Order: sequence, then structure tokens, then C-alpha cells
Amino acid sequence: MSENTAEKKLLTVSASPHRRTQDTTRGIMLDVIIAMIPALVLSVVLFGFDSLKLVLVSVAFSVLFEWLCRKVMKRDNTIGDLSAIVTGILLAFNLPSTMPLYMVIIGDAVAIIVVKQFFGGIGQNFVNPALVGRIVLMMSFPTYTNNFAEPFAWKIDKIDAVSGATPLALFAGNYSHDAAVSVMNSSELPGLSQMFFGIRAGCLGETCAAALIVGALYLFIRKVISPTIPLCYIGTVAVIMLIRGGGSLSFTAYQVMAGGLLLGAIFMATDYTTSPMSFKGKVIYAVGCGIITSLIRIFGSLPEGVSFSIILMNILVPHIERLTHSRPFGAVKEKKEKKEKEATA
Amino acid sequence: MHPELIKPVKKVRGGVKVPHSKNTKDMPVNRLPAPETVYLPMNQHIGAPCEPVVKVGDTVKVGQLIGDSDKYVCAPIHASVSGKVSAIKELRTATGVVSKTVIIENDGEMTEFDGIEPPKIDTREEFIQAVRQSGLVGLGGAGFPTHVKLNFKQDAGIDTLIINAAECEPYITVDYRECVDNSWHVFNGIHLVKDMLGFKKVIIAVEDNKPEAIKILERIAEKNDDRDEIKVMPLKSKYPQGAEKMMVLSATGRKVPPGKLPADVGCVVMNVASAAFIARFVRTGRPLVSRSLTVDGSAVANPQNVRVPVGTEIEYIIQKCGGYSEEPVKIVTGGPMMGAAIVDTHRPILKSNNAILVLGKEDISVKKQTDCIRCGRCAKACPLSLMPTIIEKYAKAKDYSALKAAGTMVCMECGSCAYSCPAGRPLVQYMRNAKAVLREEAGK
Repeated sequence: MSENTAEKKLLTVSASPHRRTQDTTRGIMLDVIIAMIPALVLSVVLFGFDSLKLVLVSVAFSVLFEWLCRKVMKRDNTIGDLSAIVTGILLAFNLPSTMPLYMVIIGDAVAIIVVKQFFGGIGQNFVNPALVGRIVLMMSFPTYTNNFAEPFAWKIDKIDAVSGATPLALFAGNYSHDAAVSVMNSSELPGLSQMFFGIRAGCLGETCAAALIVGALYLFIRKVISPTIPLCYIGTVAVIMLIRGGGSLSFTAYQVMAGGLLLGAIFMATDYTTSPMSFKGKVIYAVGCGIITSLIRIFGSLPEGVSFSIILMNILVPHIERLTHSRPFGAVKEKKEKKEKEATA
Repeated sequence: MHPELIKPVKKVRGGVKVPHSKNTKDMPVNRLPAPETVYLPMNQHIGAPCEPVVKVGDTVKVGQLIGDSDKYVCAPIHASVSGKVSAIKELRTATGVVSKTVIIENDGEMTEFDGIEPPKIDTREEFIQAVRQSGLVGLGGAGFPTHVKLNFKQDAGIDTLIINAAECEPYITVDYRECVDNSWHVFNGIHLVKDMLGFKKVIIAVEDNKPEAIKILERIAEKNDDRDEIKVMPLKSKYPQGAEKMMVLSATGRKVPPGKLPADVGCVVMNVASAAFIARFVRTGRPLVSRSLTVDGSAVANPQNVRVPVGTEIEYIIQKCGGYSEEPVKIVTGGPMMGAAIVDTHRPILKSNNAILVLGKEDISVKKQTDCIRCGRCAKACPLSLMPTIIEKYAKAKDYSALKAAGTMVCMECGSCAYSCPAGRPLVQYMRNAKAVLREEAGK
């Protein structure tokens, strides 16, 4: 019966569906990279080519480490999915432009080799690789990670480049009402519009709120991330700071734009692998991030708490997921079921 | 303006926007000449297979009963051509199921069986018996014997008849053509089922990418004496709106619980072509011996809608549609989302098949499977609120209780998850594996 088909090439057989979306992992990562470009451009404008150098070195070594790891572990090479590039950019974004390059490379090694590949590569790490890379650098080289250049210092004179204090460093330990007011009145603190456009000392990618928001909008429109996590995270910090600041809107605005909150909420807390999948889970996770960030800022000895709060919540994600399992279509709640059983019995 | 139109009571969650590819929607169904041989498997429906009631060498005529069973969940099978039974043997169907098959050599006469006459229907029982005798199974693709679906207890609180004209699978347009070309049959069929079984409410569901069908169905609803009883419900074009549970949710807001049927929440869902067939059968007494199919895909020369005797070889149909225009990559019976890829085209068409897709290179985007990045798109796309990627992990770990709690058995394999996966993971396959793991545990 099948003489005819025997001559022809065999047909492909696979499980349904036979149509697939055009979206790919690589496409998603590319969108994330595109979304980070405004912040990258601004960082070059603000902190000079030092920052570009930092980003390029970080990306190059991230990719190199990823490639080497996969090679050594004799696994399919995954540098094509561009996720290592995202990690590289994010790590650089979380460091000051004055960071010595060899330290960045150490950070990349920690992020890619230890955090990502030791746990099985993309989709398997339980904490955000770039954030752990940053925290290791913070612990190992605190003087370097806290050495921030003033914006536009590169234009004046390299030798005289002043190191500046970040807005959060000014606020650190000054969260009581009077102290906060005096910080806000001091000339050292940049104005709110300067904060919005990033004209302040800080890490590469975190300073310009405008650029980060543009990136966020791009990701929302492309449906790469849902606004749930960024909005809940930033919203929680805003509400807590509004209360702490006695209703002061400008204090709240400073707290939202200062430090790495926007960068963290938009690009780090939303990492697929280390955040919950369901809407409810996302809300719990993001609110948790917001609370921890606020607590560290207000009561902690560190000026900033975004990295730690995201990492802490990352660790809780499996538990959050278990608690927020979606109920299958038409299934009744367990409690309700029990009640019904009792009623019938 | 449109008193016959109603809005869905509840919105279906998830789903995916699949390109419609309804290329054949303007092509009326073309009746193909009957082939020289038909292969009639005795297992064309969900339920017990039939036993042949003819012997090798018998002469049969079109519409003559050739297979039946005394089991309840079963639909009899009739000869689709006239001629001689040349063999009865075990053969594989297109999807690989081995089934006893009656092979009939066509004498080219297509003589109708003498015993064919319109059934006498006065009571509800006679109607259901007639539907059984017609050999009708759900023409939408699942192949569930229709008489079983209709034979509910009168006091079971079943109040709503949902006529499914959604046709949410890409490519397929036979239900649409049924509405446009045989609207009178559709009208009569709906009324017959409604009146014989005493439905208070009929809702005809159709996706809004078929405005012409909506217009025609609206007129059908208008013609009803009691205007409040039949309504047309246009649905947003989104896969899988046409799935049974989704349909019940849109029409009534009721959710069919896991492991239950629409009848358990007071609904009967029926395909529009099935309703039209009932009207024809009641008028003529001709059982289900032929069916309409959409033949489409980039690798077939002349895509079109055809009507062929049940049991016609797939290869024959493709050849009659101009043959292959390029080397086919994949051939699918049914739609691209839920249809089955077949190995051999020398297999017969069954009652429940509604399309043959001859997919070429441009239709198939082969994506390499990569690691899950936990983007959650599968969970977002699942209309039944499952989390496919997590279920996949439970299945690998053989975590039975977690699998059960995650609602694995609820999955209807619509394919929305796998469609939306950026990592190209075959999630429907994994869901089937997960179900197999659970069944294995249950069998212990």
C-alpha cells in the first residue's frame, strides 16, 4: 500500500501543536538589551567613556565565561540566547564608573560561573546572577564600589575628578523627620529634575530615571514583562517612604528615584527565572522586595538595600510559588470542598 | 439593532492569537468523485469499536449498515460506496490505532441501499434512537457518539443547547461553509434538537472573524417564533474559544469541574455541522457516509473544501486537490493546534476528521528546544489555569500528589502553552507524559 511513500522522504511526526509562535528566548533577551540602551547611552553621557569600557568588558567576559563553562561541562553552547550579555550589562550597570576593570571580571566570573552555570545555566539559577556578582564585589572591595564619580566629571579634568556622594548616602542615617528635612535643604542634594534626568552620583545604569522608565515602557509594550512587579515594588517603597516622610511628596520622590530602585524594580526583580509566575505570586514577591528595601534604607547601616532585598525575595520564590499555585479550571477550593463534604455527611 | 446577538457571559482566560489562515473560506464544498476503494475502520468514535455485520464477498450499497455493536457508547458504521466487501482485516488508521477495517471495492454505481427511508420520529426516545442509527459522531473533531450526548435524563436540569460554530482552529472552514451553504439545514437541525429534547435556550457561538456566518446565523435566530430562545453569541477570535469547556463558560458563565462533562452543568454542546446533518438525516434517512474536509497547506497544489465518502484514502484526496506543490514536511489530520501528524497518507479519512493539512516548509517553523526560562507564558496562555512548565517538572520527578494537585488531568491538550513557549518546548507532549505518569500510578 505504501510503495509510493517509501521512495519519498519520510514525513515529520511530532506532538501537536504544529504551529509555534515566532518569539524566542533570544528575541526576549534582545528586547531586554534594547530596553537598557537608553540607560547605557545616558551613563556614557554622564560618566564618560569609562562607563562604556566597563559595560563592554563586563559583557565580553560574561559571554566568555558562559562559553567556557558550557564547553568544559560538554553541554550545548547557549551564548546564542544572549542572556549572558544581559547579565554582563546588568552587572556593569550596578557598579560605579570608577571600578577597576579586573574587579568587574571577578564579578562576571561569580555571576556566570558560580551563580548561573553551577546551577545548570539559563532558567536554573535561584538568585539573580548579576546581583550576586555585585554583592560579592561590594563585600570584597567596598572602597571601590562606593567610589562614585560626579556626573560630567570626565569633561573637566581626569585628575581632578571628584568623587561624589550619592543621594542615598546623604540620607543614610538621616531618616528622622528633622534630619531628612535638613538633607533635602542641603545644597549637596541634587534637585528633583536633576534626579529625574540622572545628573547625580551613582552606579552606571541607575542614575537616570527617565531612561529607565523609557526602557520599562518598551518592555511593557513588547509584553516581555508585565508591569506587576515594577509597580508593586516601587509602589510599596513609595507608600512606606510617604508615611515615614510624614506625607512629604518630595521626600518620597527622592526615595523612589535615588539608589538602584528603578533599575532593580524594572530590570532585576523582573528576571523570569528568579521571580514567581503567577500574578498573585508576583504581587507578594514585589511587595516583599519593597518592604525589605525600605527597612534597609531606614534602619540598616547600608545606604541602599535593593540588591539584598531582591536576593532575599529570590530565595523565597519557590515558597511563594507553592502558596500561590493557580487553581485548575472549575476546581473548587479545598476548604469549600471540605465544607461541602461536612454538609453532606 | 441586533436583538439576536448576545455577549459572552464570561471572558475566557488565556488563549493565544494564532494566525487564522482561513484561506479556503470562500470555496464552497467540492464533492469529489468516490475512490475505487474505501477503508472503513470499525473504530471511528470514542467508545466501543463496532463489529462488522458483513462478510467478505458481500455486496453492499451506500448507506447499508456494515458495523454495529450492542455497547452503548458506540455509533454504527455504514457503507460509504456501493460494491463488494473485498477484505476485513486489522489495519492502522492515520493516527496509528489498529482497528478492524472493512474494505469495499467501489462498483462505481453508488447505488443507494433500499432500506433507506426517513425515520419515524414522534417521541424523544425515537429521535435519540434515530440519531444513533444515523451513525453520527461529533463532527467537530472529537468523534463522541452524538446520541450518547443527547440522551440525558429529562430531570437532570439541562437547559442550554450550545451550537458550536466557533471553528477556532486555523485553516479549517468547513463549519463556516456549512453555515453559509447549508443554512437551511443548520436552521432545521437546531430546531429539531431544541424541540425534540426540550431545550429552553439555544446559543449559537461563532468567532467574530466570520461576519458572514454571524449574519446568517442571526437570521436563523430571527426566524424563531419565540425570539428569546435562540441567540447568536459572537466570540472574540482567540484560540481555543471553540473548546467545549470554554464554550460553556462563555455562554453560561458556568465552569465544568475537572473530570465532568458539560451536561453536569446543564449544557449540551453540539457542532454546527452535526446539527445540520441531523436535519438532513431526518428528512432523507441517509446515514453518515460522507463528510466535508478542508484541504489546505502550502504543499498542496489546490487548497479547497471537499466532500468525500468516509473511508477515502488521504493520498487520493490530496491527489484530487492537484497533488503536492512541494515536498510536504508534515501532514496533519485536523487543525494545526490539536490535529495529529500522520506518517502514511494511505490511510482512510474518518467520520471525525475535519481537515487535511499538507504543510510545507513555510508553514512549519522548526524551533530548537532550549531550556525553560520560566517566563510563565505557558501558564498565562492556559485557558484552564494550569502551569504546564511546573507540571513538566513534577512529571519528571514522578511526584504524584503534586501532579494531582496541579490539575494535570484537567488539561485538554489545546496546545496554547506549546504555541506560546519561546523556548520551543513541546509542552503538550510533556502534559501527555504527566498524564501517563498519573495513570501508571492509578493502575498500580
